[in-house]
Amino acid sequence: MGIAFENQVAAPQLPSRPAYGDNQTGTHLPERAGSLNGVIVPEQPGKNAIEVRGVRKVFGTGENQVAALDTVSVSIRENEFFTLLGPSGCGKTTLLRLIAGFDFPTAGEILLHGQDIAPLPPFKRPVNTVFQSYALFPHMTVAQNIGFGLEMLGKPKAEIEARVAQMLKLVKMEALKARRTSQISGGQQQRVALARALAPQPKVLLLDEPLSALDYKLRKEMQIELKRLQHETGITFIFVTHDQEEALTMSDRIAVMSAGKILQVGTPRDIYDRPAERFVADFIGETNFLPGTVVSKHAGVATVKFASNATIAAGYPEGFDPTGEVTLVVRPEHADLVPDPVKGTIAGTLANIVYFGTDTHYHVKLDGGGENFIVRHQNSRSSPVTYATGAKVGIQFEEDAARVLKD
Amino acid sequence: MAEPRAMDIKDQPGFRSIAVICLLVLYVPVLILMIFSLNSGSLVTHWEGVTLGWYGSAFRNEEFHAAAKNTLIISVTATIVSTICATLAAIGMTRVKPWRGIAAAFMVINLPLMVPEIITAVATLSFFALIAGTLGLNFGIGNLILAHTVFCIPFAYMPIRARLEDMDLTLEYAAADLYATPWNAFRRITLPLLVPGIMSGAALAFIVSFDDFTITQLVAGPGQTTLPLYIWNQIRRPMTPEINAISTILLMVSILFVSVSFLIARRRAK
Repeated sequence: MGIAFENQVAAPQLPSRPAYGDNQTGTHLPERAGSLNGVIVPEQPGKNAIEVRGVRKVFGTGENQVAALDTVSVSIRENEFFTLLGPSGCGKTTLLRLIAGFDFPTAGEILLHGQDIAPLPPFKRPVNTVFQSYALFPHMTVAQNIGFGLEMLGKPKAEIEARVAQMLKLVKMEALKARRTSQISGGQQQRVALARALAPQPKVLLLDEPLSALDYKLRKEMQIELKRLQHETGITFIFVTHDQEEALTMSDRIAVMSAGKILQVGTPRDIYDRPAERFVADFIGETNFLPGTVVSKHAGVATVKFASNATIAAGYPEGFDPTGEVTLVVRPEHADLVPDPVKGTIAGTLANIVYFGTDTHYHVKLDGGGENFIVRHQNSRSSPVTYATGAKVGIQFEEDAARVLKD
Repeated sequence: MAEPRAMDIKDQPGFRSIAVICLLVLYVPVLILMIFSLNSGSLVTHWEGVTLGWYGSAFRNEEFHAAAKNTLIISVTATIVSTICATLAAIGMTRVKPWRGIAAAFMVINLPLMVPEIITAVATLSFFALIAGTLGLNFGIGNLILAHTVFCIPFAYMPIRARLEDMDLTLEYAAADLYATPWNAFRRITLPLLVPGIMSGAALAFIVSFDDFTITQLVAGPGQTTLPLYIWNQIRRPMTPEINAISTILLMVSILFVSVSFLIARRRAK
């Protein structure tokens, strides 16, 4: 918490947003159509910063062909903190590399403010990347690293110096500007990598799991830092991660990916509360899966019967028609324990109690068998009931707690 | 404490004595050669006293000067040309999409390392004789430079390629991402980071060229005596410690180059 506070205090001293993107200084990539040192300048700033249209990427040939991306379409809005979330090998980094220009799509278009950039080499795209390994140039100082992009754009020396000074201030690295990148810590390298990618004021900033090499505390600090930078610069951030918690806390919108496909795009709340598929529910947060049978449906709400004959109302995603045997998903915090097994919708025996400090997880072995059902309880000074392992308990569900999902 | 140490080769019986014998066999002759360069007598086998006189006479010896000059012209030129070729070859072998015949190209580059040197020497001699006979071309000392350049390439190639393979490719992606054209990315990122590899490659090429005997002996024409050839000619006459002095000078030059190459590689690797 102290970290967050520190950042809030420091914020007012930083350059305000208009100063950063001030066109009068001439430092912004010009808005007019044309090119700057061969780097394209999009004509009409539209609503979408990036539009990925039917992009396929196939690696290998013949029998060894692997579709890393299987016809993916997604729109990323201006000034958005957009996250590509998925397990390793889901295609999220491939998509990022296609946007950066390190690879070219097998099929499909990638539009930047309406202009197809898919065939352009990386040095002609007004898009910059923060690499997972940071990829700082080891033979240059911190300041030289930050100024490299501007130098390659052919900016005048005075302008480069001014912008580098501005960026050093933005990431709080003024004191270390003359250091070699090998002489600074991992967290500091991360800041330099960010400053270097932000210095040319890209239309879109791509971040490839940039926090994965940091320890827990530093990662939390940088999460807040990234949000602040995105807010202050007004640049669209496309963030790749496999860490669902990171995605939920930082993103404006998230695209959940699996096996080369985008399964769902939505706000963190959408994704968490209304997952579109079982994979999404399973990947994001903890989830309980319960078998049941659909007995009736009305206006997007199904009535599902458990083996115990108890029934529950469960919503389901649009365009999905649940029938017969289905799986219900319930978040552990949307269920509650009751001491009397008869009062619960389902009942079981308390198999395990796991204490997490802020909350406690109760693992319930259901009477009908199957996986243990987990109930999460937020701990407070006045937790009314205490339970003991081996006790018979009932489980109650909050309203809207259960959803029926595609397997 | 209870760490099993039986597998440590240093603790095997006889390890120390074998190591000591190997080191003695390797370095005692060199040491004796160096010591006798200080012998005030005129025999290389009978010690009489200490003098630096043989170094003086070596430095005054005009044949030695001529040989040293030839050696430097050949080695420096061959080093520069072979290092450039090796650098280009290494980039062509590591920074491109795999192409048909890349394995064959690797073989061709490294062939001089595998072919017995005497074979290369005879082949080179025949080749130049053929050119001289049919086309009437003789490049003079250029023949030696050409021959040296060719066999130096694999020695220069190895450390440069190793350096390129160790280099983080992401750095080149980062440069391209920051608007560097391929040429700028090479000039500003790849080349500066490759310098230690190029330096070690050049140092190795220089040493290999500097003390080459077999190929030089066969290819060298009149007036193209290099230092190794000069020493060879001298020891066929009654030997004086002057030859020890000359050999010691050569040894020092070699040690200097190898050390510089090693130090550069180690400093940059950090």
